[in-house]
Amino acid sequence: MTAPGRSRSILVALASTIVFAVVALLAVTNAPGWPEVKRSFFDGDVFSESLSVIPEAFLLNVRIFLIAEAVILVVALGLAILRSLPGPVFFPLRALAVVYADLFRGVPTILVIYLLGFGVPALQISGVPNDPLFWGVVALILVYSAYVSEVYRAGIDSVHPSQEAAARSLGLSRANALRFVVLPQAVRRVIPPLLNDFIGLQKDTALVALLGPVEAFRQSQIEVASTFNYTPYVVTAIIFILLTIPLARLTDWLVARDRRRLLAAGGLR
Amino acid sequence: MSASASALVLEDVHKSFGRNEVLRGIDLTLAPHEVVCLIGASGSGKSTLLRCVNLLEPVDAGRIVVAGAEITSPGTDVNAVRRGIGIVFQAFNLFPHMSVLRNVTLAPTRALGLSRADAEGQALELLERFGLADKRDEYPDRLSGGQQQRVAIVRALAMRPELMLLDEVTSALDPELVAEVLNVIRELAEGGMTMLIATHEMGFARDIADRVCFLDAGLILEEGDPEAIFTAPQEPRTQQFLQRIIDAGRL
Repeated sequence: MTAPGRSRSILVALASTIVFAVVALLAVTNAPGWPEVKRSFFDGDVFSESLSVIPEAFLLNVRIFLIAEAVILVVALGLAILRSLPGPVFFPLRALAVVYADLFRGVPTILVIYLLGFGVPALQISGVPNDPLFWGVVALILVYSAYVSEVYRAGIDSVHPSQEAAARSLGLSRANALRFVVLPQAVRRVIPPLLNDFIGLQKDTALVALLGPVEAFRQSQIEVASTFNYTPYVVTAIIFILLTIPLARLTDWLVARDRRRLLAAGGLR
Repeated sequence: MSASASALVLEDVHKSFGRNEVLRGIDLTLAPHEVVCLIGASGSGKSTLLRCVNLLEPVDAGRIVVAGAEITSPGTDVNAVRRGIGIVFQAFNLFPHMSVLRNVTLAPTRALGLSRADAEGQALELLERFGLADKRDEYPDRLSGGQQQRVAIVRALAMRPELMLLDEVTSALDPELVAEVLNVIRELAEGGMTMLIATHEMGFARDIADRVCFLDAGLILEEGDPEAIFTAPQEPRTQQFLQRIIDAGRL
């Protein structure tokens, strides 16, 4: 596209966006209940007050998902590899991986968190942590590992069998063929859906609040209870969005980059 | 000739995929340094035969002996067998996420235990020999089909195999790129490499082979020296097949 053509497109996009935003804004602010909603959800004083406490609580969410994501990457890869083991000998391991994925994708996350967070500490086994936060994180890891292992598996399956055949034909062991030939190609292909699952995980860190730890959502509940105003929820929502957007844009950018590379390499395959 | 003196012996090899019997009792012996070409229509079992020799497909019945050791007996170390046998595929099957040099050094470092420096030195020597030294840092996507196939041959040679299996290595190439690959194979033959070659290039087979085997429906129907097979085939099926090749202007 020529330079004048491009700047014209940008202007058109800008104008239509502004028109759309103004119409949407007018529709909301002219609604009969708007003054009431404005008072209880968009109170300036409560907003700035919330900003002084909720971001600090949000650091707990960040810690939860950073730890969980690191562990999930490893556990899910292990599950995916178990599921791709060949031959009748490994049937029990394959079956185990299938049952695991079915189980933890089938049970609502919130139930897993309750069951582990309240159930395990209640057993009072010595040496087992009884901190609900610990078990909340474990629950997230278990649930999301099931999803992410399916993503990995799709990636492994997408690498053409001739690649493994080529590697094995050179005398590489199955493990080495997987490690050096199949997995590097598989992981590259599944980075976008992988990040997508992590966006889901970041939001679900709020569910750990159900066990008691004061993270952003719990903190906003406390604020709401003390001010009788819902603005803290809006603040929390904004903080979550601010964290998610960069990850979502990174995902888009990676997808676009892969497309460009594919096209540069001579088209689709 | 005794089995131990042969580079490769196949005895009554059978292989089926489901109900489809692809190999129906193959007997074949290659002497060291011998070049044998397998010809025959698509689906006659040429590729399956090569894949069985490399244990990429398990045989259903029969024996395969490589350099005196039976490789079809249970408990065979398949990785060790494959280290000694190079195979090159129709579709190249280079590793797209690795540079040419890494493609060639991966197996020597990981399967033979060579140091990185040794593997790279040897790889560069081979790439140099086949005119690919300037491509060492390129990725396979950036190479022509002929260059990719030459890299695939170098990758197999880097394992210092005693036996090379070539599975229609020029079938996926543009016509003008076929010669550069055939020249590489010719050079290997002159260097004394034992080779079993499945090919549709009849002129090449006639030129390079010590012996030509005509495969038909999973059996070696006719074999002999290239002149005899190409000028005076005995079996009607062989005659038909070659006539079709001649009609297509490929011989």
